[in-house]
Amino acid sequence: MPLLQVQDISKTFDRTRVLDRVAFSLDKGGILCLLGPSGCGKTTLLRIIAGLETPDSGRIVFDGRDLTGVEPFKRSFGMMFQEFALFPHKDVLGNVAFGLRMQGLPREEIMDRAREMLALVGLSDHEKRNVAELSGGERQRVALARTLAPRPRLLLLDEPLGALDRALREHLMVELKAILKTISVTCVFVTHDQAEAYAMADRIAVIVDGRIEQIDLPERLYRNPYNPTVARFLGLQNLLEVTVSPGGTAVSEFGLLRLKDLAQDRTGPAVLLIQPDAARMIPAGMSEKERLFRITGIVRNFLYRGKYYTLEVESSRGTRLLFDLPDDSPALSVGQEVSMSVDPEGISVLGDG
Amino acid sequence: MFFFYPLASILGVSLREGGPWGSDVIGRLFSSWIYVRVLWFTTWQAALSTVLTLAVALPGAYVFARYRFPGKTLILSLTAVPFVLPSVVVAAAFQALLGERGLLNGWLMGALNLPSPPITLDHTIWFILLAHVFYNYSVIVRIVGNYWSRLRPVTAEAAKMLGASPWRVFFEITVPLLMPAILAASMLVFIFCFSSFGVILILGGPRFSTIEVEIYRQAVHLFNLPMAAVLSLLQILLTLAFMGVYTTLQRSSSLPVYTESRSVTEKRITGMKDWIFVGANGLVILILLCAPIAALMVRSFHAQDGFTLDFYRSLFMYRDQSLFPIAPIAATLYSVGFALSTLVLSVSIALPAAVLLTWHRFRIVRFLDPVLMLPLATSAVTLGFGFIIALDEPPLNLRTSLALIPLAHTLVAYPFVVRSVLPALRSIPKELKEAASILGATPLQVFFGVIMPIVSRAVMVGAVFAFTISIGEFGATVLVARPQTPTMTLAIYRFLGQPGEMNYGCAMAMSTLLMAVTAGGFLLLDRIRIAREGEF
Repeated sequence: MPLLQVQDISKTFDRTRVLDRVAFSLDKGGILCLLGPSGCGKTTLLRIIAGLETPDSGRIVFDGRDLTGVEPFKRSFGMMFQEFALFPHKDVLGNVAFGLRMQGLPREEIMDRAREMLALVGLSDHEKRNVAELSGGERQRVALARTLAPRPRLLLLDEPLGALDRALREHLMVELKAILKTISVTCVFVTHDQAEAYAMADRIAVIVDGRIEQIDLPERLYRNPYNPTVARFLGLQNLLEVTVSPGGTAVSEFGLLRLKDLAQDRTGPAVLLIQPDAARMIPAGMSEKERLFRITGIVRNFLYRGKYYTLEVESSRGTRLLFDLPDDSPALSVGQEVSMSVDPEGISVLGDG
Repeated sequence: MFFFYPLASILGVSLREGGPWGSDVIGRLFSSWIYVRVLWFTTWQAALSTVLTLAVALPGAYVFARYRFPGKTLILSLTAVPFVLPSVVVAAAFQALLGERGLLNGWLMGALNLPSPPITLDHTIWFILLAHVFYNYSVIVRIVGNYWSRLRPVTAEAAKMLGASPWRVFFEITVPLLMPAILAASMLVFIFCFSSFGVILILGGPRFSTIEVEIYRQAVHLFNLPMAAVLSLLQILLTLAFMGVYTTLQRSSSLPVYTESRSVTEKRITGMKDWIFVGANGLVILILLCAPIAALMVRSFHAQDGFTLDFYRSLFMYRDQSLFPIAPIAATLYSVGFALSTLVLSVSIALPAAVLLTWHRFRIVRFLDPVLMLPLATSAVTLGFGFIIALDEPPLNLRTSLALIPLAHTLVAYPFVVRSVLPALRSIPKELKEAASILGATPLQVFFGVIMPIVSRAVMVGAVFAFTISIGEFGATVLVARPQTPTMTLAIYRFLGQPGEMNYGCAMAMSTLLMAVTAGGFLLLDRIRIAREGEF
């Protein structure tokens, strides 16, 4: 049985529906990322799991127990806030020890555990420092140590790296992942940053406008987004509206495209996602039948990028697609017509939306 | 000159007539139990008042800091009305509500057929404490509430997630974080109560005496000027020390601790618990703050046989009594006249002073700031006392001059004017003046063409402040004023001190008038003030 079950959570603020029947489950030891644009409701969902907000409907079940009506301080969850929310009136050690003190542990045990946590995040020599004197990265580590110290049953991270600058983020991302794996904690974390999500999560849930659009492994998510909404959020280009005819052929404004077997039972309007590396210039000795499946358009850009070329083609109706071509491709000039074949493996058919 | 000369005189009198270095008087001060008791009483009543005010006002501060509800700004403005009411009016209001002849006793006696008033708070410490809580409620609510509204709720949430129950969150997180604001506000309340005069004199009766009241008694009733002088010195030194503590505290309370904009921290009232909590605080405000004021107004229209305008009517009549050599209503004219003179005087003193204080470059200016603010730390009674011993003999004999009262009031009022103008002046960027002078404006043209229009609102605030302070001033006035030229506050005080239904009713009527003027002035002030809360 999964450790955490989020069942049909809905929440409305000021007549705006922030979460719409959100459901997922998470196994022990898993790291799930809630990924979505800002304002999509992901932080609200995290706060509902924490118990800091009450859902309008739906339940949070943890370890087989319904948590509805259980106060946040009785849930034994750990939460790390976006701006870290360190206690300004306590020093570093006092911050880390706080949760342990709330458990009523004996003093020595508190100190031992707090020091152990500071060692884990590499801040052993900062015990007595005032939190106001810490750098952004140090604050993040203190917040992490403070959250982990009471051995939370579930770890909730709200944009754990969001308050830091880019370079530091890259560095701490690796470190955070290592720490989470060392202590094998079950974790839900929220971010709007794809790179962060891919690097840290076992599974990613994409939330757009209060709904979970897709939950998947990072690789699968990137290769096979369920629908155009997810693909657009992931920043994937080359979305193409087509009509799928029986037999696995897609009719597009660029020409005919062959689809792979998997999607052949679908017919009618659909959106295709074409990987940028799936297109090749048509070689001279190609059969007539092969030449049937090709896309044709006007070259709008052709740039040499070192190992490859980027090509932008435009259809007669103004849609543009971007492709990466190998560096041994023949040179093209802007304005000329070009025909290419597209590998069916590089095409995915997205759901409607 | 009008500040330091009188003070020096106090020092002079206490030294000259009190033996070498005042040792005789100081010796008597400490050898006599009475004075030690006065000092002790002054301190503990102030401390107790502060604690009580905190207990009542902290929940209020929370409500104003964390909840969003319609009319919040207006209610917050209104809670501050008691703070600006003249102490005489406050005293009268409490008598009207809870005094022997007060409304509540009247009703209870009528309803339960009691032979004597069931509430006997007159001349007890409770009366004084209640009045002090009434007075200072808004000080705590404004200072602490303002600070509280900036505390980030996420800090408390973090504690909650770490397993802290609401009580532990409150005592381990919220209270320590609020501490600077609570301390600063408490210190301020303590100072106010420590130098409380009118409330104690009127509500406490002869049994209670703070240093302030004792100065007045020694000077006016017993003509023991050296003793009054020594007491004044003591008062000045203590208040200065307290002010020093306050300034330090205030500086630490304005340190930026992770703050949040107000819109984020406010929440709506939802659920039973919230309603009960907010409702209870509303009730406190209603009972504590509104009831005395309402009672005062009711009582001013209400004689034994029902509704009447007699009290107001009699204010206009000249009665051949030693109490008033003139018709009482004339006191209103004197008050307004004095207040207008004070307004003009203090603005014309404060404006150059404030401009001077903006010249940061000169070291002497930094030294001048506290010096110019010194009158703020000196109690009104001390000031008035200084005036009567310093200005009634050559070289300056103003004792009989009408100018004496506006002068004293100006000393009390101008620091407030400086305080309201200074932030506005400081907010003018240097470039603005430079741009004007490059465009060919002379320094005078810069001042009147550029600076004045910008600070005019602040000056107006200061002017209303000065007017309101002057019209409600009691401590200095009671010492300085001539019998022929009583002010409204004096009139109320004398009415209250006389027996008889008529005098009592007149006191209520006069208080109501005075209250209307000050409350009106204050609300006007709150309107034109440029959103600067928590400044005292």
